[in-house]
Amino acid sequence: MAQEASPPQPAPAPTPSPTPAPAAPAQTANYFNPAISVIGNLLAVAGQNQVENLPSFSLRESEIGFQAVVDPYARADFFFSVGENDISVEEGYLTLTALPWDLQMKLGRMRVAFGKVNTLHLHVLPWPDEPLPIPDILGSEDGWIETGGSISRLIPLPGDVFSELTLQVFRGDSPNLFAASTHGGLAYNGHYRVFADLSDSTNIDVGASYAFGPNGTTTTAMTNLSGVDAVFRWKPLRTGLYRQLVLRGELYHSNREQPDGTQNATGWYMSGEYQFARRWWVGARGESSQVAVDAAIKNRGAAATLTFNPSEFTQFRGELRRRRYADSYTANELLFQVQFAIGAHGAHPF
Amino acid sequence: MKSMRTVSVVLVLAGFAASAQAKIRVVTSLADFASIADAVGGDRVETFALAKGYQDPHFVDAKPSFILKLSRADLLIVAGLELEIGYLPPLIDQSRNEKIHPGSPGYLDASVGCDILQRPTEVVTRAMGDVHPYGNPHYWTDPENGRVIARAIAARLTELDPAGKAVYEANLATFETGLTAKEKEWQARMAPFAGTKIVTFHESWPNLAKYFRLEIVGTVEPKPGIPPSPSHTLEIINLISGDKVPVILVEPYFDIKTPQYIGDKTGAVVLTFYPSVGGIPEIKDYIGVFDYDVNAFVNAMRGKK
Repeated sequence: MAQEASPPQPAPAPTPSPTPAPAAPAQTANYFNPAISVIGNLLAVAGQNQVENLPSFSLRESEIGFQAVVDPYARADFFFSVGENDISVEEGYLTLTALPWDLQMKLGRMRVAFGKVNTLHLHVLPWPDEPLPIPDILGSEDGWIETGGSISRLIPLPGDVFSELTLQVFRGDSPNLFAASTHGGLAYNGHYRVFADLSDSTNIDVGASYAFGPNGTTTTAMTNLSGVDAVFRWKPLRTGLYRQLVLRGELYHSNREQPDGTQNATGWYMSGEYQFARRWWVGARGESSQVAVDAAIKNRGAAATLTFNPSEFTQFRGELRRRRYADSYTANELLFQVQFAIGAHGAHPF
Repeated sequence: MKSMRTVSVVLVLAGFAASAQAKIRVVTSLADFASIADAVGGDRVETFALAKGYQDPHFVDAKPSFILKLSRADLLIVAGLELEIGYLPPLIDQSRNEKIHPGSPGYLDASVGCDILQRPTEVVTRAMGDVHPYGNPHYWTDPENGRVIARAIAARLTELDPAGKAVYEANLATFETGLTAKEKEWQARMAPFAGTKIVTFHESWPNLAKYFRLEIVGTVEPKPGIPPSPSHTLEIINLISGDKVPVILVEPYFDIKTPQYIGDKTGAVVLTFYPSVGGIPEIKDYIGVFDYDVNAFVNAMRGKK
């Protein structure tokens, strides 16, 4: 049909006939259903660990996602975390995408924008487990997940440098972290992120976070959290299917008022992952953290990973992990993780 | 910057026939669309392509720096057919720019109206590899589809910037005249090779093969997106030997090792074939893609006949 729009010169043979209909998907009864995806996560563990006693096999933290545009102003995302006997809302939020002044708002339950790893779902982590500061500083393996609201704004910097400021307010209810007793006792978080392309093939992503809220140990006790995060990526664009390097690290600090005195705990991890073939990655991680509720306890660890992705939709990963708990007990373990995704094609992790 | 955008918004909404100082900001997924938009838009547009011409267009990173580009865009041109599904949806969501959301005038799916091949006629599953359920998204490798895309871009620019109508029409006519002349030249040079059997690395070339009447008899990948396997490589070696396939086309972002091995075993020429503008610095625009590839193909076939 576009052919009939009288070109100035007749087109030479062979002239393909353009398709009559737009290249749109066929209308079906479930056209407006959300995109549905399921990501299975099987974890097998070999070795002895009396502190974190993981089962030999477990289907844990599998994810079911429902995602769709709601109306011209918003989209909604739901992610359920499914264990063998339980299900919980890992995230479920509305995103207002049509606000003025470069603003964006999220309302609902979400992974809090504190640091980097805390914002990521398990299936995009470069390890089968969370680094020590997540359970030790943020209180649980799941990290800090909260219900409330979040607003963020783009703040352009010179030279096409991306920066974004996020301010969040939550109920203040996360195991071993925040426990607000009244409606007024909320938890607050702020995150500032800067991303810059250093060249076509390298970029750097840095952030700073600050959060505070009542921890519930007394009616007035507060916890202040602060953190910095950094990720450096190298991916030569032409050969990026085969070679990539990611270096990342985070530093966390917790200042926690308790009846027995204020606890100051610090934790960090550093990790590097290198893709050496189309479907293979190796990685290494170092980690150390004091425990927020009792800073006298310090845990540390080191891990090496090998990852094989047969396709975009399956992943096999082994991790050799040594952790030393409270400077007194050492556990050596082999973690083996199988992840598999079905349903809607999600975005590639970045 | 802000005031420039406000000016263009006002122009779009009110349709003033004023000569705008503000350029229409066009962001495209592929460098080819940026090249065509430059040709059609001339001085009235400024373009930015998210993917480089030497990069696998399926695996572009969703970098936050792209969010910044999209937040200021007046028009987003995509290949569609799920080519960009791995990176573009989250970028659009975070752009804070409703002008470029799908369904808005600032969102142009370039596949509409193009000759799209390999639309599945049966139920697709991922057992088939990384198949695209709406058809093969590498359709811009047919210059007649490039003509359709240029017309669609001209129409959309006119809708967004009515004051530029005459400019866009004139630039489109110039582009089409140039394309038509070049197509005669390319067809003349490729005519002796009509019916030639070829093997390609990925399913990137069915549109180009149809246009030049080449016959793709196999791919180095066993299935789309699945890397070469020893057994499939052996099958391809036997196929090339049996069918006397003279040439293997490889996109610039794939590892040349397996195609080279097949070439060594069979005598087929391994030819790096560029699907996009900027694949190498010599390919400066959309016409240049075909200039380069036709030339490379003709040279590779020398002495093969």
